[in-house]
Order: sequence, then structure tokens, then C-alpha cells
Amino acid sequence: MARTKGGASNTLQFRDAGTHEGPLLVVEDLHTSFRTQRGTVRAVDGVSFEVQEGKTLGIVGESGSGKTVLSRSIMGLLPPRDVIRSGTVHFAGHELTAMDDTSLREVWGAELSMIFQDPMTALNPVKRIGDQICESLALHLGMDRKEARSTAVELLRSVGIPSPEQRVRWYPFQLSGGMRQRVMIAIALACAPRLVMADEPTTGLDVTVQAQILDLLADLQRERHMAVILVTHDLGVVASRADDIIVMYAGRIVERAPTRTLFHDTKMPYTRALMDSIPRLADPSGARLNAIGGRPPDLINPPTGCRFSPRCPYAQDKCRELEPPLRTVGSPDHLFACWFPLVDGMSTAPAVPVTVSSGPAAARSAVENGQAPAPAEPTGEAEA
Amino acid sequence: MPDDRELLDTHSSRRLLTNALPGTAATDEAILATEETTAADDVLSKKPFGFLFWFAVCFVGVILLSAVLANVLPLQNPNFQNYSALSQGPSGAHLLGTDDLGRDLLSRLVFGSRVSLIVGFCGVAIGLIFGGTAGLVSGYRGGRLDGALNAFSFIILAFPAIVAVIAIVTFWGASLFHITIILGIATIPLMYRVIRASSLSFAQRDFVVAAKTMGATDTRIVLREILPNVIPVTVTFSLITVAGLIVIEGTLAFLGLSVALPTPSWGNLINEGTANNALSTDPFIMLWPALAMFLLLWSINLIGDRLRQRFDIREGLL
Repeated sequence: MARTKGGASNTLQFRDAGTHEGPLLVVEDLHTSFRTQRGTVRAVDGVSFEVQEGKTLGIVGESGSGKTVLSRSIMGLLPPRDVIRSGTVHFAGHELTAMDDTSLREVWGAELSMIFQDPMTALNPVKRIGDQICESLALHLGMDRKEARSTAVELLRSVGIPSPEQRVRWYPFQLSGGMRQRVMIAIALACAPRLVMADEPTTGLDVTVQAQILDLLADLQRERHMAVILVTHDLGVVASRADDIIVMYAGRIVERAPTRTLFHDTKMPYTRALMDSIPRLADPSGARLNAIGGRPPDLINPPTGCRFSPRCPYAQDKCRELEPPLRTVGSPDHLFACWFPLVDGMSTAPAVPVTVSSGPAAARSAVENGQAPAPAEPTGEAEA
Repeated sequence: MPDDRELLDTHSSRRLLTNALPGTAATDEAILATEETTAADDVLSKKPFGFLFWFAVCFVGVILLSAVLANVLPLQNPNFQNYSALSQGPSGAHLLGTDDLGRDLLSRLVFGSRVSLIVGFCGVAIGLIFGGTAGLVSGYRGGRLDGALNAFSFIILAFPAIVAVIAIVTFWGASLFHITIILGIATIPLMYRVIRASSLSFAQRDFVVAAKTMGATDTRIVLREILPNVIPVTVTFSLITVAGLIVIEGTLAFLGLSVALPTPSWGNLINEGTANNALSTDPFIMLWPALAMFLLLWSINLIGDRLRQRFDIREGLL
């Protein structure tokens, strides 16, 4: 039984929630913190966004930016102990954050499912893959053994596994990484969910297999009209596949825009730096990779002002004192959190301060601003 | 500043490159076909168990069968004293000989095995039912329940088992039922600790979270996801514990604290074989039960070990 808001409909009529108006997923001011011995880690700090039916949202950020915690927090998968969560998540008009586990189980798998990062650990090693698919079919769709088995074969065929009639009897260890990730996708899509969370679905895979898996996911998404949230650290992965992109830094959204806008009119220096750090085939051989200097901030004591300011080549005094709000200029669907957003790739900051500059990215942007490159200095030391 | 188009293009060019390279991703089928053969090879390359394993299985099988069918088999009454055949060596009438009271040693050995086997297997069953269930739940749930059960298991473990058993048997009386119950209770914390540790390690794995996101209940996760993974280590550890309990029962019997004479058990047979200087006059009395116990323990341990190795191969491939 559902407990609070939404009443009994939370559990009962989920299947016909298709009549719901508005965005499929609405996340409002979601905060997620962990109590640790050193203090409270604010892994997700006031995140709001929406996902429309059938669309793809890319969530991008470096390690420790809170993207995985965000996806698990939305799902309600974090252990209740030592985790503080506030804010709301509405899925198809139902408030997930107000549901207990019993009601969530009706949603999980059937309406909202998840593809995990590592197919090596996300499949049960001692169960046949067919059985792993059949379980949720029996659970949510009430299929009998035979029906579930033939549906499992069809699902395996649809994710491109050859001779699925034999494969349903195989164990995960008999499959390669790419095949296992295909099985993971088949399991996640078994009950035709309306939203799939893909948490770094290709990180554990070979580059050649990565593209295949992402294409497969995109095809299935189109066929089934699902919404997908693609969480990744690789802008290249979402560039051609997401409708909208959210860039996260230190638990907050720093820029959010439709994909094309984000790449053509980048406002936030952090997004720019992420793009610069992708190696390009066109670069001459031996070209240095533009890594972002410094490390992601400590989420127990985040820096005051803009959280990226210690690593930002354009940071001003204002950046270090006041936290920039998520705002728009011009286009209403392009949000960013920066006092001095980039315009045509150039910073609107008054001047480049010498003291905080670091790394080749800073040096290069200094050159582009018509100034002599500042002596490279590790950011961490400069700040400490 | 790099061109934005270039960035978008980079990604598609990477994909183009991927698709163009022959042998890498020409077609999905090609890749999957090669994967198929390697996977099939893995399945076929299971190592055979070997002669010793099957010998051990046969030995345990013979001991189990003879213990179960002891009443049906053409054996003499283990307590019948044949005064015309005292302290004889192996012969056609008495395959393993007789003891100093003229009792048939083969018959006593077979009937004696019942005590050892019942104590060993039933004791472990008690440990598995209570300790195993508690361990599975405790490892999966964690939290206060886990802390409490864990502390409780340490309290039981901290008490020297053999001393406790001797004390309880002294007060309660030594019967097969009592010995089995007491040793079973002593096994509970051992089983609890091993299964809890295993359950705990699997409860953290992604497939448990994955099962949860597919809408599985806690009960279902414990029974369908964690239990099958815990079984290999449980089987191995249970077999070793069976062997351990047989030794403890033997020790108690040797000290005269197990099943009362004249009911034979391997432990009190060994005791009889060493009493009254029998070791030098009639070593067979002690030899047979000692040999049987040695071979049984060796077989059980070997079976457990080989099974563990077989399970490990699957883990290794992951």
C-alpha cells in the first residue's frame, strides 16, 4: 500500500498512468547527503530537471560529481541508513520520494528500470540468463513459465544475441562482456519500462563494443518509445545520442541545455574544459591532452562561491565569494551557473588573474585572450 | 578553441572508424560468432574430478549404505558374545575378526558407524537450519539485527565447545539424541559466521541491486539471488564440519562420554581396543574403527575440496 501523497493509485493504476500529462520524470530540488565520520558529504545538492516521454537525457560529469548518486537517489536505491534525502521526484505524476519499498517494487522493473555499469557484476553468476530475464516477466506481467521463456528468447533476439533459443540456458560466465551488457539491457527492457536509467552502460566495455551497445539502446528506445537517462563521464557518448544534456559538478547542475546548443554555445567554463579534454583524431600526433587541473572539490567542505572557481581559469573574486545561480540568458532552455559565461568560446570575465591560472587549458586561454601564458602551477598548491 | 562541429564529428568518425575496420565490428554477427566459439570452449574444458574423488565418493557411499542397511545385511548381532571365538584375527566366519569378548568386529564397525554418521550429518543439519538461515538474513539485512546476531555468535564461540559438551553430557546424560543436539548447537555459530560472511559479500554486489530494481522482494532476493551463490561455500564447509563432528564424537566416546556401552560407536570401539593392553594382544580391535574413521574423514574432506575447486573455476572465469 502506498503511504502518503497519491493515495492508493500509487500502487494500483501504474499501468494506465500513460494518460498522465506533462513530463515523465520531474526532479525538484533533490538533495542527497551521506553521514560519514568526517562530516556530511553532500553528494547531490539541489538538483532539478525534467525528462519528457521518449526523450534522452544525458548526465555528464567527472568522477565524484554525484551523477551515480543522483541516479540511485532518483530510483530510491540508496540504503536508508546514513543517507539524508530531501526534495521530490515525480514519475508519471506519482511521487517516488513518498513511496515505501513495497510500492516502489511495483514501479521498479515494470515502469522504471536500470542498466548497470558493470555487466560482470550485475548479472547473478550462478543463474541461467534466461531465468534472470523470466523472473521479472513472471513478477510484473504474471506470465507462466512457458510464456516467459518464449518472451525471454524474443528479448535476447531483439538485443542481437544469435541463436537465443540455446543462449537462454547459458550462464553469464559463458558470455563475453558485450554479450553480457546486451543481456543486461534485455533484462532492463523486459517489462517495457517507460524510463530506463543507464548508469555508465558502456564504461566496462571495449570501444568497438561501446558504439554497438549505444546504438542498440537507441534503436530499442525508438521502437518502444522509452525515455532514457544516460549517465556518463564521456561527453562523446552523449553528443550524438542525447536530446538534452546536464553537466554536473560537485553535486550541482552547472549547465543544462539541448545537446546542439550545449556544444555550439557553451556557457560554463567547466563544460568547455570537459570538451577540451576529449582527445581528437584531427590533433597532430604527440599533442598534449588538455586535462582539467586540480581535483574535484571535497564535498564535505565545498569551496565557497562557485564550486569550480578553484580550478577555473577565468575565476574572479566574485566567483570565489558568491555562488552563481542557475540562470538563463536569451534561450529559456539553456541554463547555466556562471557569473562570467563564455560568449563564442571567450570568457566575459574582466581579465585573467595570474594567481589562479593552471595547466595548459589556462595557458592556452590566456594566449587566446591576448596575454602571455602564465607560469603553469598546480591548482591544488595555489589554493592551499 | 576547437570547433564544436569537430567535436561532434569526432564522435561519429570514431564510430565510422569502428565500423570500417575489418575484423573488429564488421557485423555484430561476426563478433558474436567468435564469442560463441570461445564461450563454448570454456564449457567443454571442465577438468575431470579424477580417480581419488570417485574413490572417496564410493567409500562414503559404502559407509552410508551399510549404516542404513545394517539391519538387513547378513551381519551378526554386534553385541552377541561368541565365547568359542575370542580375540580372533580375520577369517571366513568373521571377516574382520572378533574382540576379546568374541563379538564380530565387522558388525560392531558397521553398527558403530551409525552413531558417527548421525552425529556428523544431523549435527551439521541443525547448524545449517538455524545458523545458515540466520547467517543469510544477517548478511543481507545488516544493521542492528546483524550486530546483535554477530555478538551472540561470538559469545557462543568464546566458550570452549568441548568443555561445554563434557559438562552438559555429564549432567544431561549421554545418549545419541543428546550428543547430536549439543554438537548441533555448537555448530550453529560456525555455520552462522561462514554463511553470514559469504552472504554479506554477495549482498553488496550489483546483481542484488539489479534484482531490486526489477521489483524483487527481500525474501526473493535472499532465496533466489544470494542463496545460490552461498551454496558452494556452504557445501564445502558443511562437509568439513561433518568430519569435525565425527572426530569430536569419537573423542567423547573415547572418554566414555558418548553413547553408553555396549552400543558400539567408532570412538568407544577405539577405546576398547586400547583398554587392558589390547593394543599389543589384539590390535585389530582398534585398527578397524581407526582406519574407517581416517578414511571417512579423508574422503569427506577430499570431496569437499574437489567440489570447491570445481565451483572456483566458474568464479575464475567471471
